[in-house]
Amino acid sequence: MTQAQEEAGSGNYLLEARGITKHFGAVTALRGVDFHVGRGEVLGVVGDNGAGKSTLMKILSGLFAPSRGALIFDGRPIRFQSPHDARDLGIEMVYQDLALAENINIAENIFLGREPVRRLLGGWLPLVDHKAGRDHARQHLDNLHIHVKSVEQRVGELSGGQRQAVAIARATAFDAKLVIMDEPTAALAIKEVGKVLDLIKGLKDRGIGVVLISHRMDDIFYVCDRVMALFHGANFAEAALCDTSRSEVIGWIMGTKEGQGELAHDRVH
Amino acid sequence: MTVSTDRSRTGNRTEAEAPGLGIRLLPILDRYGILLVILVMGLVLYALQPDVFFSWRNITNIFKQTAVNSMLAIGMFLVILTAGIDLSVGSVLALGMMSLAVANAAGWAWPIVLLLGPAVGLATGFVNGVGITKLRMPHPFIMTLGMLFMARGLANLISGGVPYTGLPDAVRFLGSAQIELGELDGTRLNLPVGLIVTIVVYLIFWVFLEHSVLGRRIYAIGGNPQAARVSGINVDRVLIFVYSLCGLMAGFAGLMMAGRTNSGFPNAGIGAELEAIAAVIIGGASFFGGRGTVLGVFGGVIIMGLISNTLNLNNVSVFWQQILIGLIIVVAVFLDVVRRGIGTRR
Ligand SMILES: Nc1ncnc2c1ncn2[C@@H]1O[C@H](COP(=O)(O)OP(=O)(O)O)[C@@H](O)[C@H]1O
Ligand SMILES: [Mg+2]
Repeated sequence: MTQAQEEAGSGNYLLEARGITKHFGAVTALRGVDFHVGRGEVLGVVGDNGAGKSTLMKILSGLFAPSRGALIFDGRPIRFQSPHDARDLGIEMVYQDLALAENINIAENIFLGREPVRRLLGGWLPLVDHKAGRDHARQHLDNLHIHVKSVEQRVGELSGGQRQAVAIARATAFDAKLVIMDEPTAALAIKEVGKVLDLIKGLKDRGIGVVLISHRMDDIFYVCDRVMALFHGANFAEAALCDTSRSEVIGWIMGTKEGQGELAHDRVH
Repeated sequence: MTVSTDRSRTGNRTEAEAPGLGIRLLPILDRYGILLVILVMGLVLYALQPDVFFSWRNITNIFKQTAVNSMLAIGMFLVILTAGIDLSVGSVLALGMMSLAVANAAGWAWPIVLLLGPAVGLATGFVNGVGITKLRMPHPFIMTLGMLFMARGLANLISGGVPYTGLPDAVRFLGSAQIELGELDGTRLNLPVGLIVTIVVYLIFWVFLEHSVLGRRIYAIGGNPQAARVSGINVDRVLIFVYSLCGLMAGFAGLMMAGRTNSGFPNAGIGAELEAIAAVIIGGASFFGGRGTVLGVFGGVIIMGLISNTLNLNNVSVFWQQILIGLIIVVAVFLDVVRRGIGTRR
C-alpha cells in the first residue's frame, strides 16, 4: 500500500515532507522524517512523549523552519516564513495549548489575524466589521453543529471542550485544505471527546484533510484512514488503518514491531 | 443566512439559563462603573466645597492639570494592554520638552520646534520597541528603565541642565491657549485648548482600539501573544508600533507641558511614569495585559485629578495626596480581584 502510493508520485499528495531534520540547540527533535498526507485523508500520528510529533506539525504549519529537508504542497516545493504563509495555502493548525486569546470573544478569536474589514470615508478608514464577524462566526459554528451561548462570550468563560471546538472552528473558517490537530482530545472530559471526533469526521466529509495526533487508540481507530508512528524523532512505522490493529500501534509507540519486537520486549522483562 | 442566524439565536436562548439581575448588571458596571465613581466623587467634593468645586474655573483647571497625565496615561495604557510597561515616559517627556526649547533658543522655525517634541518622543519609543523585540530584552522593564536614564541624561546634556524660558505662541497653543466662550453671571467662560486636545486624542484612541484591526490585535497580543503569533500576526512589529506610539504621546505631553509653563526644564516629568501607570490601573486595566478600556483610563486620570484638586482646595498636604492615591490603587485592584472572582466561572 505504502509502496504503491510512493510509486504514484508526490503529485498525489496534498502535503509532503522529505527528510525533515530539526535541531533545537544540542537537541535533535527530528532526524530525516518523511511525511505525507492526501486530500481529504485523515492521518493519525502517534509516538511517545518527546518523539517529535508536535515539532513536525509546527514545521508543517510554518511556525518552525526545518533545519534540513523539504516541504512539497500540491506537488510544488514550498518554504514557509511564518504560519501566515501556511494559512494562505489552507494549512491550519489547532495547537496542543489551543492558542486562543481568553480575553477576547469567540467571534474575534475565530477571525484573529483575518479580521473582516469595512472601509469608511471612501476607503481611507478601514475598521473591523464586528457585525460581519459575529454573523459569520455564528453561521460557521452552526454549520459545524457547535453550540455556544453567544459568539460574544469571552473564550475564558468556556469549558475545555468548547474551547477545542472554537479552535477547530477557527482552523476551518477559511476554506482549509488541511487541519492539523495536536492532541485535541487530551485535555477533554470523556463526553466532550466524542463531539470533537465527530467534528473531525465532519471535516473529512467536507473533503478537508486532517492530521490527528493522539495517544488514544479509540480516537485513532474511530476517525483515521492511516496511521504513522514516530520514535525518537524518526519514522518508525505506518499502515492503512485496515491493515493494522490497536495492539500493533501501541507497540509502535513503545518502539516495538510485530514479531521480533514482541520477542525483544519479552527479553527485557 | 438570516434563517440560520435566527435559528442559532433561539438555540442560544434555550441553552442560556436565565441570569440574575446582578449578573446581568455586571458587564454594564464593568464598563461604566468608573463614571459612577467619578460622579459620586464629584458630588462629595461638591458637598465639601459648594461654591468653588463646580465653578467653571475649577473644572477647567482640573482638566488643565490632568492634560499631561492624560497623554502619558493613554500611551502607557497601550503598552500595559500588551502586558508591557514603559518606565521612560517621564524622561521622554523631559527630553521632548528640552529638545524643542533648545531648538527654539537656537532660532529654529516654530513649525519645526512644535513638531520636534513629539518627533523625539516617537524616536525614543521606537528605540524602546526595537530594543524589546529585536534585542530580545527579557522584559520591557529593563529596556525602558535604561531609556529612563538615557533620556533624562540627554535632556540634561542638550540643555546644560538649565531651564529655557520663552516660547512662541504657536508652540504654546495646545498647552496653554484658551477659547473664549462668552460670559455667564459676570465670569468669563474660557475653554482650554488642552481639554479639547485630550478629548480628541481619547476619541481617536477609542476608535483605534475598539474598531481598528491593529487595535483589536493589540488586545489579542495582550491576552495570548502565542495565539496572535500562530494566527500570522507579526507580534514584534505590533509591539514596536505600540512602544513608538507611547513615546509619541510622551513627547506630545512634553509639548503640552512646555506650552503650559512657557519653558523647558530638564527636571520635568520626574515620577510622571508612575502617575501614568497609576491612572491606568485605577482605570481598571489589567497589569497582565489584554484588559481595560479607553474610558476607564480617562476615568483613572480624572479620579487622580479630582483627588489632587480637592486636596489642594482644602489645603491638604501633598503627602496626604500620595497616601490617598496609593490607597486607591490598592483598593481599585482589590475590587477588581473580587469582581473577577464573581464574574468568572471556575
Ligand atoms: N522549542 C523547543 N526548544 C527546545 N527543545 C524543544 C522545543 N520543542 C521541542 N523540543 C524538544 O524536541 C523533542 C520533541 O518534542 P515534541 O515535538 O514536543 O514531542 P511530542 O509532541 O512528540 O511529545 C523533545 O525532546 C523536546 O524537548
Ligand atoms: Mg506534543
